[in-house]
Amino acid sequence: MTAPIEATGAQQEAQPDAVLAGLEGKAIQGRSLGQIAWMRLKRDKVALAGGVVIILLILIAAFGPFLVQDPLKYHQGLVDPTYNRPKSGFWHSGVSADHWLGVEPGNGRDMLSRIVYGAQISLLIAFLATILSVVIGTIMGVTAGYFGGWVDTLISRAMDVFLAFPLLLFAIALVGVVGSGGSAFGLEGNDLRKGVLIFVIGFFNWPYIGRIIRGQTLSLREREFVDAARSMGAKPGYILFKELLPNLVAPILVYSTLLIPTNILFEAALSFLGVGINPPTASWGHMLSDAVPIYNSDPWFMVVPGMAIFITVLAFNLLGDGLRDALDPRAK
Amino acid sequence: MSTSQSPAGDTAAPAGAGRTGETLLEVTDLRKHFPVTAGLLRRQVATVKAVDGVSFSVRKGETLGLVGESGCGKTTTGRMIMKLLDSTSGKITFEGHDITKYSPGRMRPLRRDIQMIFQDPYSSLNPRKTVGAIVGAPFRLQNIQTENGIKKAVQELLELVGLNPEHYNRYPHEFSGGQRQRIGIARTLALKPKLIVADEPVSALDVSVQAQVVNLLEDLQDELDLTYVVIAHDLSVVRHISDRVAVMYLGKLVEIADRDDLYERPMHPYTNALLSAVPIPDPAEREGRERIRLQGDVPSPLDPPPACRFHTRCWKAQDICKQVEPPLVELSPGHMTACHFPENTTVSETDVVAKAAVSPEVD
Repeated sequence: MTAPIEATGAQQEAQPDAVLAGLEGKAIQGRSLGQIAWMRLKRDKVALAGGVVIILLILIAAFGPFLVQDPLKYHQGLVDPTYNRPKSGFWHSGVSADHWLGVEPGNGRDMLSRIVYGAQISLLIAFLATILSVVIGTIMGVTAGYFGGWVDTLISRAMDVFLAFPLLLFAIALVGVVGSGGSAFGLEGNDLRKGVLIFVIGFFNWPYIGRIIRGQTLSLREREFVDAARSMGAKPGYILFKELLPNLVAPILVYSTLLIPTNILFEAALSFLGVGINPPTASWGHMLSDAVPIYNSDPWFMVVPGMAIFITVLAFNLLGDGLRDALDPRAK
Repeated sequence: MSTSQSPAGDTAAPAGAGRTGETLLEVTDLRKHFPVTAGLLRRQVATVKAVDGVSFSVRKGETLGLVGESGCGKTTTGRMIMKLLDSTSGKITFEGHDITKYSPGRMRPLRRDIQMIFQDPYSSLNPRKTVGAIVGAPFRLQNIQTENGIKKAVQELLELVGLNPEHYNRYPHEFSGGQRQRIGIARTLALKPKLIVADEPVSALDVSVQAQVVNLLEDLQDELDLTYVVIAHDLSVVRHISDRVAVMYLGKLVEIADRDDLYERPMHPYTNALLSAVPIPDPAEREGRERIRLQGDVPSPLDPPPACRFHTRCWKAQDICKQVEPPLVELSPGHMTACHFPENTTVSETDVVAKAAVSPEVD
């Protein structure tokens, strides 16, 4: 029994030496925690796959509209007027060489181009809303955590109020009031709708990240490097943004990647309920809700937008989990 | 090392007021009371008297050791001197300026002269910054122009504390505890301070590394003419590094004296007890020593004992100790003690009480 134990012992000892030798060979160049996290992330194939899918989705959203057909063009010749569904393709999907994902029942619009345009809307709203939440949440959280006292009390209570807000009901009401025609803030029609959606989704989600950042700041504030900065005469702004914020990049990044899919789902849900983007503009939630009455006979029209949402959300979640593991290996 | 060469460390010289060297820092009756609040309205229900009337002075070029058990207020005192913590009352005088009520803005230029070495080398360096950025931060924060650029200045500092200047671009996590503490010391030295408050500078380090860092601090003192206030609980470290030693118990100074005087002729019973707890490496010598075992725990600073705070654990305590607070008086040249029944002295207790009656220092 002794031999294998000795062998493993030797192996364990040999490994750090080899690593050290490798380090000595290079010029003395420090590796930041970010670089180390990136090295760890590169080993996580699942997270990388998620990242690749996200990059593809972003490319599709950005350049897809130039490549696909007009999403609003009717191809009524492909639709069987009696049954109100595409004539050809499996499952009456209308899939053909011209329409890779088939055509819609009724008016025969191209599914692929609607998915691509829908991706643009979904990602745009989700990203901007996330940025809004993260910016507000970070500033509020850092301020509350660092200054404490009445500032903390005020911000924390505000967070409680926002968290207790019936967000879905409010969103439906607000979009109904502001978004139905007319103009506000110099925006009109669907641009106004987008703005309202971004505001509603982003502005009411900041307390989640605000609380996380506040908690992290509370523990960071007690670290001695903050005292060291103060003892050198640093002002609060320097401590907040130059000392504390770099240490908060990890939670901010992880939370953002996990917030984006939530926002995509929320936008889809609002569109599904009819208070999202106005038709005929393509959106995944709308496509889903259009498919509901016919899913029994023609499931294809629910599968396509459903898969689009599923793949997008899954990819972001996988990347987010991988990022968290890479940035904080102890949290596993 | 330095103590044997510098006149300040010479115990044969008359101590106290007659000693050479001007006063750099003077702390008078310094207090820090933390309120304990409860309930929705944050009503104050009690007060933690972390530091309760501490007075001492530090002369240029000397090292004052501040010792005491955990929770006796050493660190709070250090943080008040650094102005990281506002004092409740009392006075801090640095180079003749009363800095007690200085606003952060007014304090900022003075920060060059007073710097701090922190206890925990793992939390005192920002993990997201390179060594170069950490050590160079004081120059940037104080807007100091360096002759050959900040990078050169940082590399000189790294060399001064015994680190490879090539490590400029590395991050703190790539260093050992001792090296990290050296980085912290390099940062402290960047502004060429006059006074350095070292809060447990070696407590978090290995014993073998402790010696290196302590010796580094002493070498730097000789080289750069530094004044230290070293806060520590390790009596052997304090003995090695200090010229004078102040002993704290429950927020008060109980004894302050020259190093050798204190270690050889401790007067306060608490100091006696502390010193008797220092391990002696020689078993033969250990035989003859009487180990003083204190009864009970340190009382809570929420409700400290009246009069002499040590009377609950003191084997010499009598009624007077519970009624009259012993003032900090000079019983022999340069040796001040706050006790009614001091040891190792010829001065009688009546003298002490008589002195107490006329002393302005009575609280």
